[in-house]
Amino acid sequence: MEFVVGIDVGSLSTDAVILGEEENILGYSIVGTGDSSTDAAREAMDSAAANAGVDMVRASLIISTGYGRAAVPGSGRQVTEIACHAAGAYHFFSDTELVIDIGGQDSKVIRVGKGGKVLDFAMNDKCAAGTGRFLEVMSAKLKIPLDQMGTFSLAARGEASISSVCTVFAESEVVSLVARNFPKEEIVKGLHRSVVNRVWAMTRQMSVKGGVTMTGGVAKNTGVVALMEERLGRKINVPAEPQIIGALGAALMALRHLKGAAAG
Amino acid sequence: MSLARKLRYGFMKDVGAPLVMGLAGVKSRSKNIRKPDPLFGPPLKCAERLKEIMTRHYFLSRYAEGAKPVAWVTSGAPVELLRAFDFYTIYPENHGALCGAQKLGPELCAVAEEKGYHQDLCSYARIDLGVCFSGKTPVGRLPKPDLLFASNNICQTVMYWYRVLSHKWKIPLLVFDTPFNFGQISRSEINYMVMQFEEMIPVLERISGKRLDQKAFENVMRLGKESAMAWGEILAAMKTVPSPMTIFDAFVHLAPIVSLRGLPVTLDYYNILLSELKDRISKGIGAIINERKRLMWDNIAIWYKVRDFSRLFAEKGMNFVAATYTNAWAETISYMDETRPMESLAKAYSLVILNNNLDHRLNLMERLIDEYHVDGLVIHSARSCKPYSVGQYDLKRLLMERKGIPSVVIEADITDYRAYSEEQTRTRLEAFFEALEGGS
Repeated sequence: MEFVVGIDVGSLSTDAVILGEEENILGYSIVGTGDSSTDAAREAMDSAAANAGVDMVRASLIISTGYGRAAVPGSGRQVTEIACHAAGAYHFFSDTELVIDIGGQDSKVIRVGKGGKVLDFAMNDKCAAGTGRFLEVMSAKLKIPLDQMGTFSLAARGEASISSVCTVFAESEVVSLVARNFPKEEIVKGLHRSVVNRVWAMTRQMSVKGGVTMTGGVAKNTGVVALMEERLGRKINVPAEPQIIGALGAALMALRHLKGAAAG
Repeated sequence: MSLARKLRYGFMKDVGAPLVMGLAGVKSRSKNIRKPDPLFGPPLKCAERLKEIMTRHYFLSRYAEGAKPVAWVTSGAPVELLRAFDFYTIYPENHGALCGAQKLGPELCAVAEEKGYHQDLCSYARIDLGVCFSGKTPVGRLPKPDLLFASNNICQTVMYWYRVLSHKWKIPLLVFDTPFNFGQISRSEINYMVMQFEEMIPVLERISGKRLDQKAFENVMRLGKESAMAWGEILAAMKTVPSPMTIFDAFVHLAPIVSLRGLPVTLDYYNILLSELKDRISKGIGAIINERKRLMWDNIAIWYKVRDFSRLFAEKGMNFVAATYTNAWAETISYMDETRPMESLAKAYSLVILNNNLDHRLNLMERLIDEYHVDGLVIHSARSCKPYSVGQYDLKRLLMERKGIPSVVIEADITDYRAYSEEQTRTRLEAFFEALEGGS
């Protein structure tokens, strides 16, 4: 065996991770999902393979996860993103007892046991508020690039209050705040607060004492992470590239599956 | 009540219904010759009889109007009292479930929504109002009631829903108000409920044109109690490994105890079902072929998904063997006592699961998990049913701590499938399957 592949086809991005035998990341990629999960999966795998300098056809096993997991060509197994995020987060931070994954179209909190095993989870998949999509809509409205939202939020001196829990109505609230010349920094911080409050409500179902790790694209947003830390009253682990944690988890499972098969 | 209508009802009951049922039976028997399903054990033989009973009930209801006093009743109302006056009863909740199973929920709900009833209201209520406003129903026609009978032991929505019906048809509404049980039911609360029954009797006598016959009432009480006990035994049969029936079967076989409680046909039918289950147990026949894991269901069924879920779980070798929902019609029946009918009705109906505190529900669920050897729990958070869905996350957490079994919450609705997302539900269920199979 040379390498395995984990691929996470999400609503907004498709991420692939190529993992060597020693759980070492050989390469990875993040591409937009667009209108075809299959095309996005192919593109993500090709790009990760180029990045790792390997030939995709020699992959020992591909495990797919995420909403488009059934559409991945060559996938040998499918696993839910809940199990993958737990395994991926645990790989980097073995003190993880709670994973907060804020993705493109949903957010979830996962209680994790020994070895990265899922003990329990709660999801918000009914409403765009509290997801990456919410922040994407707002970043477009405010004309602030998504990757700068965190910086803006940290620079805020005050904070706008966003009362609506609905993305569409929150957007019109933002429009009226802009019209009143409210500082953009404070609006962004208010938006982040509303995301954090929604996700925090889910963490309360889990009663976790140990380490908290954030994964998913929104974990790159330093403003959201800071407010979440404030709300939880503790430091949060953030992996260097939080967006690939689902794909990494899938790749780890592929490795374990092969090792289990070899041993058993 | 007119003589002509009475004669017509009598004719349809004795001649029309058996004829129609006979024809329908021939049709369905010729249609039902199918190959055995590799996932499931042999289907329950008595299911044909159940279909007949329920079809006959709705068929005859069309001719009841004007021939018998007709009442529309909530699922948790003490119907025994009405039976003593020979009311023909329609259960809008049972009818709503039937519409839900036939995937008519959104269409009928939309009729009510056009009139201004909000989508956040219970979908049983919206379907029923939709049926009232449009006259549409898959059973042909529902009889216009002479009386409405509601109890708030299941929710507060029924109070407003039945008031709308009462207003529309200008007919009386009887309400049985049950104080919520926070810990223990008091003497004065029982007196309060008994006094309500006493006030109802003159109204029932006026509408039915009959005096309360104590003997008939006691007989109904006895029949009601015996059929609920038989239902309890039917559910208890599912303690057997492998279980002779699935909870999806029980959701369907629940119809008589809900809609025909206190009538001889219900007791007769449950005795048939029970003996078939005992026979299956003695032969070691399971409802699904490969029962590896045993599950419990919380909340009302997702009617439009019963068939799909039944397959989905059977494919995984998982069988639902208990549900708080089906248990509700067997749970408080031991309080029934025909020698003290009013007081015992008050107790039996006010201590039902939805009128009882969360500690009670937690203890009940713990007991069911132990007795039915349950490995995992599926919690339906039903958009329609707030009293049933509140507190579920706390129950989930506490049961996990105490029993260490995996559980999952799925967000859906009982009949309105616009509140159901297939892909998201699948993801949650698959994560649950992963946890049940011993983790990632």
